[in-house]
Amino acid sequence: MYLTKEEELVLAGEYGYALQKAMEILVALGEIYGADRLIPIKSAQIAGVSYKNIGDAGMEFLRDFADAGAKVSVYTTLNPAGIGDDEFMEKQREVLELYRAMGIETTSTCTPYYGANLPKFGDHLAWSESSAVSFANSIVGARTNREGGPSSLAAAIVGKTPNYGLHLDENRKATVVVEVEAKVRTFVDYSALGYHLGKTLGNDVPYLRGIQPERVEFLKELGAAMAASGSVALYHVEGETPEYRDAVTDKLETITVEESDVKAVREAFSDDWGDIDIILVGCPHASLAEIKEIAELLKMRGRPLKIPLFITASRAVKALADSLGYTETIERYNGRIIADSCLVVSPIKGWYRGIATNSGKSAFYFRSFGFKVRLDDAEKLIKEAP
Amino acid sequence: MKMKGRKIVGGKAEGELIVSQKPLSFLGGVDPETGIVTDAESDIRGQSIAGKILAFPRGKGSTVGSYVIYALKKNGKAPKAIIVGEAETIVATGAIIAGIPMVDGIDVSKLRSGDRVRVDADSGEVEVED
Repeated sequence: MYLTKEEELVLAGEYGYALQKAMEILVALGEIYGADRLIPIKSAQIAGVSYKNIGDAGMEFLRDFADAGAKVSVYTTLNPAGIGDDEFMEKQREVLELYRAMGIETTSTCTPYYGANLPKFGDHLAWSESSAVSFANSIVGARTNREGGPSSLAAAIVGKTPNYGLHLDENRKATVVVEVEAKVRTFVDYSALGYHLGKTLGNDVPYLRGIQPERVEFLKELGAAMAASGSVALYHVEGETPEYRDAVTDKLETITVEESDVKAVREAFSDDWGDIDIILVGCPHASLAEIKEIAELLKMRGRPLKIPLFITASRAVKALADSLGYTETIERYNGRIIADSCLVVSPIKGWYRGIATNSGKSAFYFRSFGFKVRLDDAEKLIKEAP
Repeated sequence: MKMKGRKIVGGKAEGELIVSQKPLSFLGGVDPETGIVTDAESDIRGQSIAGKILAFPRGKGSTVGSYVIYALKKNGKAPKAIIVGEAETIVATGAIIAGIPMVDGIDVSKLRSGDRVRVDADSGEVEVED
């Protein structure tokens, strides 16, 4: 991989230990994946925030790195943090402090694009949250690989990333065409479609035909589920997403999604209300429009929920919901908006037995943690819930 | 026997080989306090990688595995060098932040636990004593 004189100096340690280590990570990744050079990035988004996930080992690394003077050189935000007991929360705060010390904006969300960190078409990024990667690549047309925690941190510090994978035009072309024959209309239909496709496709770049998503949230959900049950980091939707026109250049294999495929996902997550003791909405973090909708649904229901409803959202979106009165309404019906956090990355085993959710991504993770799961649209969940 | 691979992290090391013929997960697969392999699917389960030259085909599992490699180093339980068939980001990043010499592109199926080996990661060379 070609390095500029300046980059060589960084690698040789002329600018200190932290920059050197960060550069070593980028150069090694570049060599492994055959990058020709490093390219500047506009922003970074870092995973490895929940203490549940990184543990003492990760904290030790972050502390040593921060102590060595590591500082980010591009605008950088974080993935959601965890919620736990007092001991956990103390460690969690420490992790956030370490990131703050490195100059990172400690807004901890999987939807940075609803606030602080919104990229534009063609920007190169180093993002690591899989659903945010899918959103940035597919819906915005920015360019990022699925980074790991340390590699996105290294890129944030150096301000560059190796030029390989989804940064290159040729890797952004579709690798498979998906004819959707199933009727896909609601939020949870898109979730179920994404879940099914992720399982079927692995890390393909699918080109979807036959759907007309009404709202950007539907696309967000589709991508999140695909990135959770599979590792799809970029998809195109005919007539909808910004790069679809040039996405199909070769003759590609076509797969078909039937009604029964989407139905099978919904049936796989249809545990009884009797086994459910929490409702979770906001995976990926809810938009203001989703929160407004929940508040209105609760008003229509007219009586408080017997089991708690958690809505996770970014701090930016929660602040808007607070000031517009949605939070108050939701709380009146036994709901709560939780900012900057996520139950998937929290040590909640034993707190709950079963969750009802409208998110295919949540359904995937909570089932793998051993929970009972009910997957349905928010409208039905709120209407039917005890 | 001499084998030629590619430098991932530079440095030199010499010692006893421990070889896993299966992909290895560090998060949940290796105890960072003791260096003992706990991965249920591993063929070197129950053995320690501390102070040895560790060879395996490739990494798997969570990207947090990089931090486990770092913790092994801090706890004095890290391998002296890492040899893999195919480098991926988890192990490569872990080796870099921990400063463990690492070589990829080596046919691990030709290596045996217990053999003595010299690793020159700068030139990508691995030499097994006959």
